[in-house]
Amino acid sequence: MPELLTVAATPADLYAARVQMAFSLGWHIVIACFGVGMPALTVFAEWRGRRTGDPDYLRLAHQWAKAMGVLFAVGAVSGTILSFEMGLLWPGLMATYGQVLGLPFAMEGFAFFIEAIFLGIYLYAWDRLPPRQHVLSGLPVCVAGIASAFFVVSANAWMNQPRGFDLHAGTVTRVNPWAAMFNPATPPQTVHMILAAFMVAGYGIASVYAVAMLRGRRDRYHRLGFLVPFTAAAALTPVQIVVGDWAAKFLATNQPVKLAAIEGLTQTRAYAPLSLGGVYVDGELRYAVQIPNALSILAHWRPDALILGLDQVAPADRPPVNPVHLGFQLMVGIGFALLALALWFALAWWRRRDLPRSPWFLRFAAATGVAAAVALEAGWVVTEVGRQPWIVWGVQRTADAVNPAPGLVTGLVAVLAVYTVLTVATVYVLNRMRTRPVTAPQERGAQEHVP
Amino acid sequence: MTAAQWLLLVAWAGLTLYVLFAGADFGGGFWDLLAGGDVKGMPQRRLIEHSIGPVWEANHVWLIFVIVMFWTGFPAVFASVASTMYIPLTLVAFGIIARGAAFAFRKASTELWQQRLFGAAFALSSVLTPFFLGTVAGGVASGRVPLGIARGDLVASWLNPTSVLAGLLAVGTTAYLAAAYLTADARRQGQDDLAEAFRRRALVTGAVTGAVALGGIAVLRADAPRLFAGLTGRALPIVVVSALAGLVSLVLLVQRRYVAVRATAALAVAAVVWGWAVAQYPYLLLPDATVAKTAADPAVLRATLAVLAVGTLLLVPSLLWLFSLFQREHTVAAHDQADGPAPSGHPAA
Repeated sequence: MPELLTVAATPADLYAARVQMAFSLGWHIVIACFGVGMPALTVFAEWRGRRTGDPDYLRLAHQWAKAMGVLFAVGAVSGTILSFEMGLLWPGLMATYGQVLGLPFAMEGFAFFIEAIFLGIYLYAWDRLPPRQHVLSGLPVCVAGIASAFFVVSANAWMNQPRGFDLHAGTVTRVNPWAAMFNPATPPQTVHMILAAFMVAGYGIASVYAVAMLRGRRDRYHRLGFLVPFTAAAALTPVQIVVGDWAAKFLATNQPVKLAAIEGLTQTRAYAPLSLGGVYVDGELRYAVQIPNALSILAHWRPDALILGLDQVAPADRPPVNPVHLGFQLMVGIGFALLALALWFALAWWRRRDLPRSPWFLRFAAATGVAAAVALEAGWVVTEVGRQPWIVWGVQRTADAVNPAPGLVTGLVAVLAVYTVLTVATVYVLNRMRTRPVTAPQERGAQEHVP
Repeated sequence: MTAAQWLLLVAWAGLTLYVLFAGADFGGGFWDLLAGGDVKGMPQRRLIEHSIGPVWEANHVWLIFVIVMFWTGFPAVFASVASTMYIPLTLVAFGIIARGAAFAFRKASTELWQQRLFGAAFALSSVLTPFFLGTVAGGVASGRVPLGIARGDLVASWLNPTSVLAGLLAVGTTAYLAAAYLTADARRQGQDDLAEAFRRRALVTGAVTGAVALGGIAVLRADAPRLFAGLTGRALPIVVVSALAGLVSLVLLVQRRYVAVRATAALAVAAVVWGWAVAQYPYLLLPDATVAKTAADPAVLRATLAVLAVGTLLLVPSLLWLFSLFQREHTVAAHDQADGPAPSGHPAA
């Protein structure tokens, strides 16, 4: 077997490969969240509409199904690019560990297949199937979307907690793909991500209707369009905060360097404080507000618990602190802001069966879509940058996985250009769709051109 | 048979299905490109859109399936091809983005300029994507991708006589498959003039692609002697089957037997894919990377095969339902209704 370790052609090429992967993954996950969360909301609206004959619910289902068709297509292609990039950018990872992390991807392939098939049926057979069958045809889309997220994130969890293989002189032996897939990081990471997907989709859709309501369109259709996704996302928000705490506690025991970077904790110590804000300069966190003992208590329930600092590993093995620390602060901050909004909503609903009266509620609600997406991206920065300099934690360095071919910088520039066009076109089309009459999804061809 | 051989067999079956199904979708884009002006080309574009709309995403998944099978089952081979073929595969990736997104966007747009813009992106990328995929296949088949990361020539590995031949054959094949399949779709929808138009195109592209394939034998003899030896040796029966199926398809097209031609056209194309495999076996990458040498750990192969078995049980009935749902009930009335004015128009959010 020839030498499969690699070195980037230039440092700029390694950096370009990392930026390209981060960018295309960061782009895809926002769309993928809608792929996971939106089918459930759409099928729910259709089910309510068909059951009660309520035209507003049916109209919402039509509208959402249409947007879902566009988002799914864009998600399908941007996801395909990622599977290409695994080989194009990180052949050193794939050559050695492709077989270890391949199993969940094989399963994801099937889940995606099922999702594509039933989405095709759901969108195009709107008027061809009996109502009951049509609603049921949407359920596999919901299940497959969640399953896809589980499989893909379990592969990412393996990169944080590599298991299921022995390493001898650069080659893997005795591979156990099931142990790799069900590694210790899989439960907290997958649950955290799937909840995040529902929150991004729920808050994202709700914010569109919040904007419409702020502009005075307060009919029942817009109210329902706001209430259904917002209620779902708001109900999940406290759950997500508990799960996030679980994921962070997991880091304290299983990936302590990442937790040290999250907290900007240089020295290993007991009675570790929790640091809010601040910037990491010259090996220390400055200008942060510190809550004494709080980190030790949060991680291990004891103020005297020892928290490992960045000094547990050599400087060359430490992740960059600032993006990880600030990304975490941003994610948690947004999470608690969303929780506050959810509680406000719950209180108003409990007392008056109505939305809060203040216009500020809708103003904040209009921002939840963007806020949830930002929290999602910040969370991914924490996970991915916090693992650096390793692509497979403690086993393979990112620099040893990159494609040594020259010209990755050119590739990055081209990718950025393509994604810019894709973003503009996606936003434009979705926005046009919002302002156009609703028809049965996908059934009609575009308007006839009259010469 | 070993687990590695089984996995290769399954991956190759997946590749065949990708060529046959997604290939026809790509060919739809080829004919969309040549359909003519907005008014003249509209019925054709409608038919193409109608035929591939519900199925293209599912058909596209076969590619992901093949990629994942190779990276799981033969990781070093996958990494070698991906790293050496960095340039054409990046272009393929761009083609896939442009094509899928533009198709969905065109479907969702109302104004002519938008439909033109997205339509052009859809059609152009439908031609370029199979071309570059073909050049990758040609580079692998002619032994220009050695085992090892980025060990092959980054340009000559895909810019060479065999690659160009394979790229052209790929484009010709997709155009031919699409035209052959669309004849039956058009007739089922009662659009006999369109059926005639696609019949002519299927005849022309079938003849041209067949001629390029035959002429290509001379190219392979000079440029890829090992592949040539395999194709004229062990794989010769399959090559003959392909040629015969191609000829029978042309006869069936002349006789307007459009449903039968689906089977023979698919057979002619599938035989090329399998002929290549048989000619090159047991080498995944020339000169010496065999199946046995590059296969993953047996535990991985067995687990993947188990997943494949379970997945197939879920997949096959679903796929059959999808295709049957959109192949039957496609009467003129249903078509008119589907394209007619919406029964209930609402102002939206």
